[in-house]
Amino acid sequence: MSTPPTLTINVEFGGGLELLFANQRKYQLSIPVLIPPDTTATPPSGSAPPPILSKPADITFLIRYLKENHLKERPELFVEGETVRPGILVLVNDTDWELEGEGDYALKEGDEIVFISTLHGG
Amino acid sequence: MDAQLFKAGDRVAIGASGGKDSTVLAYVMKVLNERYQYGLELFLLSIDEGITGYRDDSLETVKRNKEQYQMPLKILSYEELYGWTMDAVVAQIGKKNNCTFCGVFRRQALDRGAMSLGVDHIVTGHNADDIAETVLMNIMRGDIARLGRCTAICTQGEDTIKRSKPFKYAYEKEIVMYAYFKKLDYFSTECIYSPDAYRGHARAFLKDLEAARPSAIIDIIHSGEAFEVREEVKAGQKAQQTCVRCGYMSSNAVCKACVLLEGLERGRPKAEIGD
Repeated sequence: MSTPPTLTINVEFGGGLELLFANQRKYQLSIPVLIPPDTTATPPSGSAPPPILSKPADITFLIRYLKENHLKERPELFVEGETVRPGILVLVNDTDWELEGEGDYALKEGDEIVFISTLHGG
Repeated sequence: MDAQLFKAGDRVAIGASGGKDSTVLAYVMKVLNERYQYGLELFLLSIDEGITGYRDDSLETVKRNKEQYQMPLKILSYEELYGWTMDAVVAQIGKKNNCTFCGVFRRQALDRGAMSLGVDHIVTGHNADDIAETVLMNIMRGDIARLGRCTAICTQGEDTIKRSKPFKYAYEKEIVMYAYFKKLDYFSTECIYSPDAYRGHARAFLKDLEAARPSAIIDIIHSGEAFEVREEVKAGQKAQQTCVRCGYMSSNAVCKACVLLEGLERGRPKAEIGD
């Protein structure tokens, strides 16, 4: 079986969020191109066939991926439900993700995704 | 700037914490002053509350800003003004309510710093989100006097230095974006003593409101501005006077900072016996 195709994307944290990610500002990640359509369902156990990979990986998937693989502490400061906590800015190639469909934005090879916390530093 | 905050020749102190808001404010003031020849003389004014691991680091940012923006910097500490660092205050009273001390002290400290610089005007980096939080807090606390004045872009008492908030309509988000794209050097760590502060609740509530209705922040500021305090209520409020101990403006015979200090001093012998 061949390995599923992946995309390389660059993720950057700012405004203090890097502290939750091992104090590392920049990550280069390889994530699957396609993910199961219902990403909330748990994979069936035993001999059941693997779920069909039919949906392109989007930012909602990326947020969950970051939380499961790289977030080191206080997850409540980064995620709330399926999305980021209110007050965290997300930029897709330097554009506010609100203009790009927010969590539904389908990731592309080489995308730069920036998460910036707006929490007080005053 | 419609509010006509500045006039040529003004000496203006920028309340600088090293955080995003004041860093962006200092940068924007410098750019506008040079580009449009406002003719202002700008200063950075920082208050060192004495919080190890927080303010000492953020003041390093302000010191870099001083070089980057070529502005004179004045740092005034709680320790020299009041004889207490916030570390010492928290050691005495705990983490609860310590923001009250810090807030009261800072307000006076900024005024005293501004006086020593001989400036006409203090500008602070309060943004739209901050003002909306304050409106909510004043409503929840039933603080009519503050509710009446917290949305004013510019406040000036009789013998206090003029203060203004040029970013009152600038969303926090815009400021963060600006700082990001301009690659400004700012400090971003939450104060180590503030997680339990009342403001945190107002802030979380406001962010949730904004998620449900994007115009919530500007709507709340508008409500705050539209609030008229009835004359009878105003008449019932205490007139402004000067503190009999330190001479600072006060709504009581002894100002809040002196009352708080007295409480701390009284507690001190106990703390010493405890050692």
